[in-house]
Amino acid sequence: MFLWFHKLGSPPHFYRIAGKWIPWLSWIFLMLLLAGLYGGLIEAPPDYQQGESYRIIFVHVPAAWMSLFIYVVMAFCGAVIIVWRMKLAEVVLISSAPIGASFTFLALVTGSLWGKPMWGTYWVWDARLTSELILLFLYLGIIGLHNAIEDKRVASRAVAILALVGVVNIPIIHYSVEWWHSLHQGATVTKFDKPSIHWSMLIPLLLMALAFQVYYVLALFQKCRVELLQRERNSKWVEEL
Amino acid sequence: MTPARKKRLGLIMLMVCGVALGVGLALKSLDQNIMFFFTPTEVNSGKAPANKLFRIGGMVVEGSVARPGDGLTVKFDLTDNEQSVTVRFAGILPDLFREGQGIIANGKLDGSGEFVAEEVLAKHDENYMPPELAGMHEQKDDQ
Repeated sequence: MFLWFHKLGSPPHFYRIAGKWIPWLSWIFLMLLLAGLYGGLIEAPPDYQQGESYRIIFVHVPAAWMSLFIYVVMAFCGAVIIVWRMKLAEVVLISSAPIGASFTFLALVTGSLWGKPMWGTYWVWDARLTSELILLFLYLGIIGLHNAIEDKRVASRAVAILALVGVVNIPIIHYSVEWWHSLHQGATVTKFDKPSIHWSMLIPLLLMALAFQVYYVLALFQKCRVELLQRERNSKWVEEL
Repeated sequence: MTPARKKRLGLIMLMVCGVALGVGLALKSLDQNIMFFFTPTEVNSGKAPANKLFRIGGMVVEGSVARPGDGLTVKFDLTDNEQSVTVRFAGILPDLFREGQGIIANGKLDGSGEFVAEEVLAKHDENYMPPELAGMHEQKDDQ
């Protein structure tokens, strides 16, 4: 097990494995996405209060979950970079950032479009909305910092520290709706209680969440391969390709 | 783990804990500013700022919505299940506004203790269900 992990950490090995997985992941993602969209947009019944407009949750909620999840992955990579100086963790961290930023942006935009008819406003400076916006700035800050430093190994260490510092925002985003009075509603699924959503809506929601998760791995593998080739362009294994 | 790695791990853990503590203390001291709204009980006990815009949040009391006068002004009571405040609003209400629904109003108190809202937002709850099921719930409550 440890040996397998160790081997995966070596750039040429990872490059090969990721390349093999990409077509499979693409198919799995496509199936999950189609099943989730069909379930969410066609099969699922309308909501008793919001009617059809609630269907935006099938994109909004998984996107918001991914925005948090990807950040946690990046912070974990940050710790690995600082402690073990692992090259692959550097690549995973920086390749994750644009994907995470896109999911955060998607969550903010879909939420805002839903907010206008339901709440009566596109945007309020509510604790949940503000902390999610800070998350977007953290992602953008990480991308910017990485681009600003020429030496990519030095850049990775700087970015690792930024990612680790920003991780305090993650519990704040999640608990913001409990700690403070906010306009955003409380958690529906991610709580210890029974989810307060009917199963006919929950199943497509989870399918979409899974689809987004697979999409993240897929996009990550593709970005990592490109980043690895760029970083290791002078090494022997790249020349042999 | 080599001693150098142990040291680095210890350092970053210290850093993350330190930042968390700092942010935690800052948020604690900003508590009142992050609160998006005041509850009717807080307003009645004078915690809300006077002569300044603030937000009030609560449930619309069943049967309290009235349209006195010109037909555009709406009056209703907001409650947090303990105390209530009467809100006056002239404007368009959001889709989700209904009796028993959580809403947030932005405005000021007038002299008589009535809240004059400039904006009314609906706060949605975290429950999602098909309409038929919601109907069943209501029937059960009626019995």
